Amino acid sequence: MKTKHEVLRRRALAPGIVDIVVRAPLVARKAEPGQFVMVMADERGERIPLTLVDWSREEGWIEMVFLEVGVSTKKLSALREGQEVYHVAGPLGNPSKIERYGRVAVVGGGVANAALYPIARALRGLGNEVIAVVGARSSSLLVFEEKLSEFCDEVHVATDDGSRGFKGFVSQLLDELMGEGLELDAVWIVGPALMMRACAQVAAKRGVPVAYASLNPIMVCGMGMCGACRVKVGGRVRFTCVEGPEFDAYAVDWEDLIRRLGAFRDQEGLSLRLYSEAKRA
Amino acid sequence: MRLRVPVPKRDPLERSRDFAEVSLGYDEREAVAEASRCIQCPSRPCVSGCPIGVDVPRFVKLLAERKFSEAYRVLTDRCPVPAITGRVCPQERQCEALCTLAKLDQPIAIGALERFLGDWAYENGLERPKRVDAVRGKSVAVVGSGAAGIIVASDLARLGYEIVLYEALHAPGGVMVYGIPEFRLPKRVVEAELRYLDELGAEVLLGAVVGKTFTVDELLDQHDAVFLGTGAGRPRLLGVPGEELNGIYTANEFLVRVNLMRSYLFPEYDTPLKVGSRVAVIGAGNTAMDAARTAVRMGAREVWVLYRRTRAEMPARLEEVRNAEEEGVKFVFLVRPVAFRGSFSVESVVLEKMKLGEPDESGRPRPLPTGELIEFEVDTVINAIGFHPNPLVPSVTPGLKTLPDGRIYVDSSCRTSLPRVYAGGDVVVGEGTVIEAMGWGRRAAKSIHEDLARS
Repeated sequence: MKTKHEVLRRRALAPGIVDIVVRAPLVARKAEPGQFVMVMADERGERIPLTLVDWSREEGWIEMVFLEVGVSTKKLSALREGQEVYHVAGPLGNPSKIERYGRVAVVGGGVANAALYPIARALRGLGNEVIAVVGARSSSLLVFEEKLSEFCDEVHVATDDGSRGFKGFVSQLLDELMGEGLELDAVWIVGPALMMRACAQVAAKRGVPVAYASLNPIMVCGMGMCGACRVKVGGRVRFTCVEGPEFDAYAVDWEDLIRRLGAFRDQEGLSLRLYSEAKRA
Repeated sequence: MRLRVPVPKRDPLERSRDFAEVSLGYDEREAVAEASRCIQCPSRPCVSGCPIGVDVPRFVKLLAERKFSEAYRVLTDRCPVPAITGRVCPQERQCEALCTLAKLDQPIAIGALERFLGDWAYENGLERPKRVDAVRGKSVAVVGSGAAGIIVASDLARLGYEIVLYEALHAPGGVMVYGIPEFRLPKRVVEAELRYLDELGAEVLLGAVVGKTFTVDELLDQHDAVFLGTGAGRPRLLGVPGEELNGIYTANEFLVRVNLMRSYLFPEYDTPLKVGSRVAVIGAGNTAMDAARTAVRMGAREVWVLYRRTRAEMPARLEEVRNAEEEGVKFVFLVRPVAFRGSFSVESVVLEKMKLGEPDESGRPRPLPTGELIEFEVDTVINAIGFHPNPLVPSVTPGLKTLPDGRIYVDSSCRTSLPRVYAGGDVVVGEGTVIEAMGWGRRAAKSIHEDLARS
């Protein structure tokens, strides 16, 4: 028997950023903030990890937001409402450690802003004051700002080109806010590895006692059997899919993560070029 | 005395460039000739060498008499997937090791005969044993659709139990689809054999990660019993400096990419795999041989197997070691990696020379470090030193007793410390072969049936 993972809704949030809602009742009934699913767009596709953005246990759907970067995400993006995602497994990884911290910042970059949404909701649910600090390259690429404001007391925005909010990186904005007196009891960082490293450095410098980063290494199986997603945290090798995806941002070996993310760059380029040529032909 | 009929194989030069099957198997004439060598000895030692108790002399006799359908029926009475076991069982250590002819000269090629019948049955549309429906209205959850789970599912489904197999990946078959390469066990064979589960009415739920999607307690609410056959899927790491460099794979990642994700067909399939020109495989078991031979096929110029003991202690099947050698794989014995060096990707492995000492708890001579180091240039490394039992289910199942090394504790009848929960296969033994896992599955199925029939 195969559960039919039908695409119930698909919309572009920004150029190259897609939001899909997929029927997946077994995943929805167990989903918690911080968890992810492994998805294959079609039979020949890669297994890719996508963070759960939202879900409904009653209606049996899950929502994911992703950036079209390679063949796998382009194939997923090409699916229309009513079509089926070939495979969905989950929910995987450990839920975020949601506690009553006090004042918490959720910090995101690019497409990852969407991943902050369930975390912000859960943090607020436990009575935390939640501050969003989110960024994008440009205002047209900024997603989930309004959605985050549903559960955040403040939403601060940075864009690389200054087309909206603070001009500069989200790490610089975080640094500036804290320099102006914003005090934080905890911080959640989700985004590209370089951005997460910079934000972790700011949080460390400013003395934020608790910092979590949601790591995004290359993954294959998603359930602890292949070891592709191994990262170094606190000098120990950890498997992100079963021991993460969130780790103490201060203990993560960011250089190791960044290097491992580049392992298949040539092949990814080739695959994408062939896919694009085939689509044009 | 007649000599064993050789099993035809493809030429090494040709086969090492593609992923098509290496062994061609017997044709009818060869199979009948080989089967008729069997002397039908009264002691039947081969049967006791089979973990799932196949009636070898009977099926071999029927085969020799060209009664192929009857022979297939005898075979599938005990083994539901002969096209698989005929290909991957270590017969030389089981049925064939005990064959009376082995004492005189060459044992009957039982594995090759089994494979012949398995394949012949497909070509001729033979049916497999049907449900007998002795049991009604009882349901069993089978967690993991690998070798152990398949036997539990087929044995119990035949008796009439309602079976749901919970499989985490997107294809059923466990190590038979993600671990064993196409050139040794084609996926079409696994798919065809697993169709039997459909024929028996067993349901397979893909993408169901027990421990995450369902807890064991939830399965117990919905089923009368639960069988855990989750395997030994967690790779053992070397724990030496530089292991995180790019180009260093665990054997599982390497084999999952190639087999399950078909990266040998990249970019037709989307999952990439980067294999350089000088590859080192660490370890010398069947997984190491599979990885080394796969690296050859992925275009590596040199593939070295690095092992801390000597040829005599290699755990891999002799035939697969021979196949690897024929395909150009080279071996370095008495070395162990102590570090990897490189900047972005691995560039070399530092090896310490070893010598053999007194036997250890495994009965093999213990490898002892000599302190002498050599540096070996490589651009790809595959770590095939072994696996830990998959920890996911025990870690989220209170009351499920495990041993200090992570294996699930069971009694001799596969009962765990939790009522109505059974386990078998690699998650119980650590690491074994397909057929050993099947042996456990059979034992578990028997216990489940005994317990449920009583309740």
